[in-house]
Amino acid sequence: MSNRNTPMTPKTEPACKTTASFPKSWVRFLSIACLLLSSFFVWTSCETYPYQQGKILYTNFCENCHMPDGSGLKALIPPLAGADFLAKSPELVPCIIRNGVKGEMVVNGITYDTEMAGIERLTEFEITNIINYIHTSWGNDLPIVEHLQVREWLKPCEKNTKPF
Amino acid sequence: MKNLLLWLVVFTLLSGCQSNLSPDVLPILGVPDLGPNGDSVAHTIPDFRLIDQDSNVITNETFAGKAYVADFFFIACPTICPITTKQMLRIHDHFKDEPRLELMGHTLAPKYDTVAALNRYAKNLGVSANKWHFVTGDQATIYDLAPEYMNVALTDEDAPGGINHSGYLILVDKNRHIRSFCNGTDPEEVTRFIKDIEKLLNEQ
Repeated sequence: MSNRNTPMTPKTEPACKTTASFPKSWVRFLSIACLLLSSFFVWTSCETYPYQQGKILYTNFCENCHMPDGSGLKALIPPLAGADFLAKSPELVPCIIRNGVKGEMVVNGITYDTEMAGIERLTEFEITNIINYIHTSWGNDLPIVEHLQVREWLKPCEKNTKPF
Repeated sequence: MKNLLLWLVVFTLLSGCQSNLSPDVLPILGVPDLGPNGDSVAHTIPDFRLIDQDSNVITNETFAGKAYVADFFFIACPTICPITTKQMLRIHDHFKDEPRLELMGHTLAPKYDTVAALNRYAKNLGVSANKWHFVTGDQATIYDLAPEYMNVALTDEDAPGGINHSGYLILVDKNRHIRSFCNGTDPEEVTRFIKDIEKLLNEQ
C-alpha cells in the first residue's frame, strides 16, 4: 500500500472532514425527505376507514357464520350483504347482536330457523360500530346509526329476551 | 476438498426443500398400521356403521368403488363449522355431476344432531343424501373415527360449543386410503384440494 509511506495526519485535523464538507443543501434535502416520509407513514397508519372497530369485531364475532363477505350460508344462515331485514327492521338488530335470536326469521323471502348466540359483553358503542360496518360493507348502502339511537333500541331488549 | 463437501451439504439440504405438496400421483397418507404378520401396512379407514340424514345405514360399502371427502362438524358449532361447511359445499358443487365422489360429514354432537335435525340441515343446505351424507351414531364411535381421518375431536367445556375439534377435510380413495387433506377454513387450500380430488379421479 502506498499510504504506508505518507506521514500520519496531525491530530488537529478533524477526522470527519468529509462530513463537514457535505453540501448543506443535501442535508436539508435529506431531512425534508425524512420528514415527508415519516409523516407519510403516520398518515397511512392512521385509520382512514371509520368503522375499523366494527370490522375487527365483525371478524371476531360474526364472520364465522355470516361469512367474510356477508353472504351467509344457503338457508341455514341469513346473509347480511343485501339483506332486506336490515333496512326493514333496523331497530331489532342491536338486540339480536346482544341477545341472539331463536325461531323463524324471513330474510329476502327465505325463512331461516337457526338459533344465533348473542354476544352479551358488547357495549352499545361496539354494537353501533358493528352495525355501521355491516351497513357500509359488501355493497350495502344503509343509513349510519348513532350510538344514542342504538341505546334507545336496546332499551326494550332486556337480558335474555329474544326479539322473536 | 472442503469446498466440495460444503457444496455437497448445501445441495443435499436444498434438494430436501423441494416441495412435494402436489405430486402427480397422490401419496398414501397417515401412520402405517401394523399388519397381521407384524409388517407395516398403509393406513386404512376401519369398518364403520353410521346413519345418515335419510336414515340410510352408511358403511364402507356405501363408498365401494368411489372416493369420498370426510369431515367432522356439529350443527350448533359456532366457530369453524359454517366456514368448513361452505367449503364442503364448494366441493359438492364442483363435483355435482361426478358419480365417483361423495361427501360425508360426521356430527360430533349426536345427542342434538339427530337424523331429523341432520335432515333439516341438509335440506337447508340444498343437498341430497345421494351425494352428501350427514352421519350420526354413537358418540364414542364417531370420536374414535376422527383420528382415523387425521382429525381431533374432544369434549371440552372451555371450547365454544363444548367440543374441541379440527376442521380438516380428508380425501379417501376407493381402497380406504387417505390420499389428500386440507384445512377446511382456508379457501386457497381447498382450491388445491379440489385439484387433488381431480387427480385422484383421473387415477382411479
